[in-house]
Amino acid sequence: MAYPVIKLKRGYDLLIEGEAEEKIIPLPETPTTVAIKPTDFLGIRPIPKLLKKEGSIKAGEPLFYDKDYGEELTWTAPASGEIAEIRRGPKRRIEAIVILLDKEQDYYEHEATLDNADSVRKALLSSGLWALMVQRPYGLVPRPDEKPDAIFMSMFDTHPLAPRLEFLVKDYEEDFLAGWEALKKLADGLPIFLGYSAERPHEDIFLSLNGENIRKYFFSGPHPSGNVGVHIHHVFPTYKGSRKIWTIKPQYLVWWGRLFRKGIIDLTTKIALTAHEVKEPAFYETIAGVNVKALLKDQLKNDHVRVISGNVFTGTKIDMEKGHVSIKDNMVTVIPEGDFPEFQGWLITHYPKPSISRTFLSGILYHLGIPVRYKVNTKMHGERRPFVVTGEYEQVTPMDLYPQHLLKAIIVKDLDLMEQLGIHEVIEEDLALCEFVCTSKTPVQKILREGIELFRHEVG
Amino acid sequence: MMKKLTDSLWNFLQTKVKPHFTKGGKFENLFYLYEAIETFLFLPPEVTHDKPGTHVRDGMNLKRLMIHVVFALIPAMLFGIWNIGHQHYIALGEYVGLSEGLMDKFLVGLKVFLPILIVVMAVGGTIEVLFSVIRKHPVTEGFLVTGPLIALIVPPTIPLWMVAVATAFAVTFGKEIFGGTGMNIVNTALLARAFLFFAYPAHMSGDQVWIYLGEAADRVVDGFSGATPLAVAAEGGYQALKTFSYQSYGFWDMFFGWIPGSIGETSTLAILLGAALLLHTGVADWRIMAGMLLGGIFTAFLFNMFPANEYMALPWYYHLVMGGFAFGLVFMATDPVTSASTFTGKWIYGFIIGVVALIIRVLNPAYPEGVMLAILLGNVTAPLIDHLVIKSYISRRERQVSAIVPSPKTQEPVKESSHA
Repeated sequence: MAYPVIKLKRGYDLLIEGEAEEKIIPLPETPTTVAIKPTDFLGIRPIPKLLKKEGSIKAGEPLFYDKDYGEELTWTAPASGEIAEIRRGPKRRIEAIVILLDKEQDYYEHEATLDNADSVRKALLSSGLWALMVQRPYGLVPRPDEKPDAIFMSMFDTHPLAPRLEFLVKDYEEDFLAGWEALKKLADGLPIFLGYSAERPHEDIFLSLNGENIRKYFFSGPHPSGNVGVHIHHVFPTYKGSRKIWTIKPQYLVWWGRLFRKGIIDLTTKIALTAHEVKEPAFYETIAGVNVKALLKDQLKNDHVRVISGNVFTGTKIDMEKGHVSIKDNMVTVIPEGDFPEFQGWLITHYPKPSISRTFLSGILYHLGIPVRYKVNTKMHGERRPFVVTGEYEQVTPMDLYPQHLLKAIIVKDLDLMEQLGIHEVIEEDLALCEFVCTSKTPVQKILREGIELFRHEVG
Repeated sequence: MMKKLTDSLWNFLQTKVKPHFTKGGKFENLFYLYEAIETFLFLPPEVTHDKPGTHVRDGMNLKRLMIHVVFALIPAMLFGIWNIGHQHYIALGEYVGLSEGLMDKFLVGLKVFLPILIVVMAVGGTIEVLFSVIRKHPVTEGFLVTGPLIALIVPPTIPLWMVAVATAFAVTFGKEIFGGTGMNIVNTALLARAFLFFAYPAHMSGDQVWIYLGEAADRVVDGFSGATPLAVAAEGGYQALKTFSYQSYGFWDMFFGWIPGSIGETSTLAILLGAALLLHTGVADWRIMAGMLLGGIFTAFLFNMFPANEYMALPWYYHLVMGGFAFGLVFMATDPVTSASTFTGKWIYGFIIGVVALIIRVLNPAYPEGVMLAILLGNVTAPLIDHLVIKSYISRRERQVSAIVPSPKTQEPVKESSHA
């Protein structure tokens, strides 16, 4: 059966040196702690209710819940051990709950059966694995009492240096398929949309996913063609909030599967260590949320680097010594800090800089379709300015949107216009490229999130 | 070696100079002036810091964008300088050949052009810095382009004090009171020219202002005329251009640009070289250029079809090389701040300018040239054009979304579709 192919042209593939080789290498150091960060889950309050503040805890044991979401949905401990620290940020908001790892993992037992939609729902809620889903619009954790109009899953990731998702579920095939069964049960007859790449080869494990009411679409083109938001926009749009959609990443289904197969929370996964400041970019097999120091030891080419949990577009900066990889991330990117002055650097290119602008050789090569991998850094490459250039954001947004006008509507807090220009259709990751290319160095993702929050609170 | 030198310059700036300009220093009010100089010399060490935000940024920035417009202006500027001298000498009957007296012509041109440019940059730059100090915002790069543009669209005989007044007016009331670069409604350089045009018409139009004669005004050759091709064509159309006796005003003369006119606007060829750079780098939007070109050709063609007078019968392609059409098309209409911001809007905006420019030029006897006014009108209508484009986008989306409802149980009919 032939499936619809949606050809996207706009976008940009930022190629960075240091792609992780698809092999698992031993951890340079035994992980000592794991952390769960409430800030990874949008929609919950800054200070969730802690169910346990100290003492030993089993993997999967309820740890906190959010007042708005209700006690039905509990976030659980990612691993067993001793609660070592409740890390707090400004206004006492909880940034991370750190657990000192046991040598032998001890699992809290969950009751989880694949009987029907309700049993799956209950198991996911009480195990906290529910919160791995993201609801569109707004990019929040889905509410336990709601039902979506459809579920979307993107089967490929086009972010810079992102691992191939098939590799992430490799060796865990049975868990993955059990998770897939759970997802179908949860959907309970609602359509599940799967977005595949029309250009990158997929393996059978993904291609053979089947069942009633499954729709498959193929997408071609540069990043962000792998973003689930782009898929939704083209096949089942949420314009003006007309629909509610839940999204999930395939790699999380492995954890769902373990819950239903074994009744435990086992967040063992693969984490890629990538980019050109890493000596041997490859994969580790470890527990999600692990302390990043365990991955980095003897792996860094120099110390003056930024360690990012996730990719360079949407990831978060983490502390090299004390930081933890986000539970939701399967990659760590290490790039040099760009905090050095460059003599006439706005005019003279001292080293190759990736750009979509054809004022750079790199831009010309890109437009000619010649792929070049770059060493990147965290430099701003200019000062913040008001909007001057137009048409730049559209060039990298393969959606029927006017991103710059949307941002302007957010800046002037025009709620009606925000809605009409599609604030329901995008979250940060979808417009991250606009921020990358912006000549005026506008903080696009930050403004967008502020706009979404404003809209959500004013309109609901 | 170079690295050592620039490193020590950076250290000098940071340790010896910057403290005077930061809070508590002697010149803390002038911080943004210092910052402007520092960021001109060095791309600052600022790193990405927004949360949430990208960690890597494109190498592009506004300074780089603006400098490429300046680069694109260089051919027109060099040609303009030579042409001031060329027009000067043929008025005196010397160095009549194109290749003769290259250096002398160039020197005369420099003598005229440099003071204008210096006055513009000094006046405009001072006002920019003044505003940045008072309003406490960084000195932005806009004037880097606006300055040379103003100098290139005035006649060579313009008194310097007028240039100064016009620049001050345009920068203050055209840009800074709106909040500076990126906030202005009309093109600053064109506003300066419009100010001159309406305040001092005797110095901006007629047959006396386009050729610099200097102290040699009484030595001009017999039959001298300072009329521009536009003025000649307005009088008697194609025939008048052909029979104009003082100089040859053929199509190719105007294309290459050895004709009287505003300093930088005469050579279509030099402007096209600039256009090639702007289009290749993507700094200027091709949609606006294409729209205006189409609008101009369309209108001129319409005049050719229904020629009520000699001017209307002038072959359509002459209009593209006469007056300020090419310069306005490449450098003025494409200003991203004052033009339409949507792709569709850019086509419409360009087309309207092309049409209006020709209408004013040909049908309105009061003004021999219409490009300046057409672009200013375009600037003013650009927000309206965008508004209408966005409105139609919104209603299209609303219709489209209510139409897409997949059937509940089966995959939709398979068809290849192409988007964006």
